[in-house]
Amino acid sequence: MSHPAIDGAHSTRVQPLFALMSGVLFGLGLALSGMVNPTKVLAFLDIAGAWDPTLAFVMTGALAVATPAFNIILKGSRPWFADAFVLPTKIDLDWRLVLGAALFGVGWGLAGLCPGPAFADLVTARVSIAVFVAAMIIGMLVVDRLQRRTR
Amino acid sequence: MAATFTPLSGFLGGLLIGLAAVTLLIANGRIAGVSGIIGGLLRPAHGDAGWRILFVIGLWLGAVCSAAIRGGLFPVELETSLPVIVVAGLLVGIGTRMGSGCTSGHGVCGIARFSRRSLVATAVFMAAGIATVFVTRHLLQ
Repeated sequence: MSHPAIDGAHSTRVQPLFALMSGVLFGLGLALSGMVNPTKVLAFLDIAGAWDPTLAFVMTGALAVATPAFNIILKGSRPWFADAFVLPTKIDLDWRLVLGAALFGVGWGLAGLCPGPAFADLVTARVSIAVFVAAMIIGMLVVDRLQRRTR
Repeated sequence: MAATFTPLSGFLGGLLIGLAAVTLLIANGRIAGVSGIIGGLLRPAHGDAGWRILFVIGLWLGAVCSAAIRGGLFPVELETSLPVIVVAGLLVGIGTRMGSGCTSGHGVCGIARFSRRSLVATAVFMAAGIATVFVTRHLLQ
């Protein structure tokens, strides 16, 4: 990227602004796509019922933007306002990835909620959403604790 | 519970989600994976919490803005019983932490950079989600 990277103190002030902007776009996208509605997500997963393929169109739209852009951006040496890209470092497949994804999928299929929509749905101030998010955070804390112990 | 297929708003919403991921990567060098962003808040390294909190606030702002534009909050139909919601939440928390990502981190950002781990994770959680709905809606009902 040819954009001039801004140094130290200034960049740490600009970073939160772009995080906020990214969050706003994300929230707008989730709401517009209807993916904030668990029933709509479950209708996508229900291929043997009244199947609603909308989620596939959401993924297609997101990847249509992200795939070309990511591959151009990551050819650059650094992001605009940080020293380096922070990317996942693991490359090998392992049982944790597969088991974790499977458990996530079962939970996703039970309620129709994944982390993004669950957090966005907190604005509805519904108890059931708050309960889901609380349970989700407890689940994350449990894994963090166990992984620290086994390390 | 009739299915309402909305391909256009779905695709446009998807474009915005893609734009959100691109914004975070090009400006801050970060992956817009919601479970990772939240998970990093549980034990944040020094100076690493602020942007995560602002991303979440932005998520809420975006949701509220959409409600202002459409003239009312989007529909959220959650017909699952509370005990099942608790189990689902625990599984989503455990699974995304153990599997290092969710629909946004693996399904969008990971696939966009052709990560083999993300491709496998997305295939697995999609299959598990479809299997779960098949069991709860067609085998147990």
